[in-house]
Amino acid sequence: MTATARASDPTQPPYDYPRYTSTIKRHPEQPLLAVPRELVEIPGPSCASGWPGPEITDLTAHGTGAPLGERIIVAGRVLDEDGRPVRRSLVEIWQANAAGRYVHEVDQHRAPLDPNFRGDGQMLTGDDGAFRFLTIKPGAYPWRNSPNAWRPAHIHFSLFGSRNDSRLVTQMYFPGDPLLAYDPVIHSIADAAARERLVSRFDPDLTEEEWALGFRFDIVLRGRNATPMES
Amino acid sequence: MPAPSSSQTVGPFFSFALHHERWNDLTADGPEGETIRIRGRVLDGDGAEVPDAFVEIRQANAAGSYDGDERFIGFGRCATDAGGRYAFTTIRPGRVPSALGLQAPHLAVQVFGRGLLRQLHTRMYFSDQPPENASDPLLMRVADPARRETLIASRLPAANGVPEFHFDIVLQGKGETAFFEP
Repeated sequence: MTATARASDPTQPPYDYPRYTSTIKRHPEQPLLAVPRELVEIPGPSCASGWPGPEITDLTAHGTGAPLGERIIVAGRVLDEDGRPVRRSLVEIWQANAAGRYVHEVDQHRAPLDPNFRGDGQMLTGDDGAFRFLTIKPGAYPWRNSPNAWRPAHIHFSLFGSRNDSRLVTQMYFPGDPLLAYDPVIHSIADAAARERLVSRFDPDLTEEEWALGFRFDIVLRGRNATPMES
Repeated sequence: MPAPSSSQTVGPFFSFALHHERWNDLTADGPEGETIRIRGRVLDGDGAEVPDAFVEIRQANAAGSYDGDERFIGFGRCATDAGGRYAFTTIRPGRVPSALGLQAPHLAVQVFGRGLLRQLHTRMYFSDQPPENASDPLLMRVADPARRETLIASRLPAANGVPEFHFDIVLQGKGETAFFEP
């Protein structure tokens, strides 16, 4: 795909999307510069040297007791454009608690914080590109984008791939959420199938008896040639 | 295979999760090279500081290579503060060869934030390397000198002997940074 085709790709959101009002003063107005691929396709950062610190895969273990809310397992794989696993790559997630409140000083939603829940996790993918987190289903929350606007429940994902331009930050949604139909953030993606791929699916095989529901979410990153094997 | 997954905004509430104290100091493991500091602001179309963005940099080591030095990962991240400010301590990168010619020292820069449904891409070059910049294959392709100037960080007087560079990232309007197609 050429650079120009990438900029107007219906599977990616535009910079200028007035329904999401925060884009109005934050999108470039000048045409984006086309850069030859030879100058863009540089390798992404590698986690081989132990960066970036300890894994947090159990988000329910932050406090002295169990956080409130519906316990869930979120698992999937990070793949490249050829369907190969992206190995030993950093996955970071963050989310609101079950009441729809973030552990962030600017979040003033009138919902309680939970002393047993922060809502941040990180891990490296396995050799099969897989990740798995135990967490709490996040709540919906109001935002001031338009009158009575509510974000659907979501978990933020940050991902790194084989190339610097594989870098992706996205959001995982939940199946059957009635707020998805009203949400300008997911509807900034013109392509319906691409929107659907951001909705996780309930997976009975991932669900653990008497413990937690399982949701599966696979992610495809731009780029080919998975991270080379470590020698 | 399906197309790559779609991007979505990082929103305003990332810093409790993505802020790692040492991610804006790329010299912590003692890499080879000249230590430098970079600081600047992220500004919106009204010239207002953007307090809920983060800046990521990716760069070669002092030898102009993206690998080969275990003490230098060549990646950094810094969230903006209430004044829209970010800062990095790093080393001056070497010149990276390419099929289009030897490149001037530079950082690849990505900007994420509330109001950015996908990240913005740009580059930062150094004002004290005019001969290298004059022959850089990317800078040579930026026809408008004013836009080209937005890619060059200005050198400030050295603080404690460490060269310091200033690089504002203007998302929109007057002085808008030249951004690249994603």
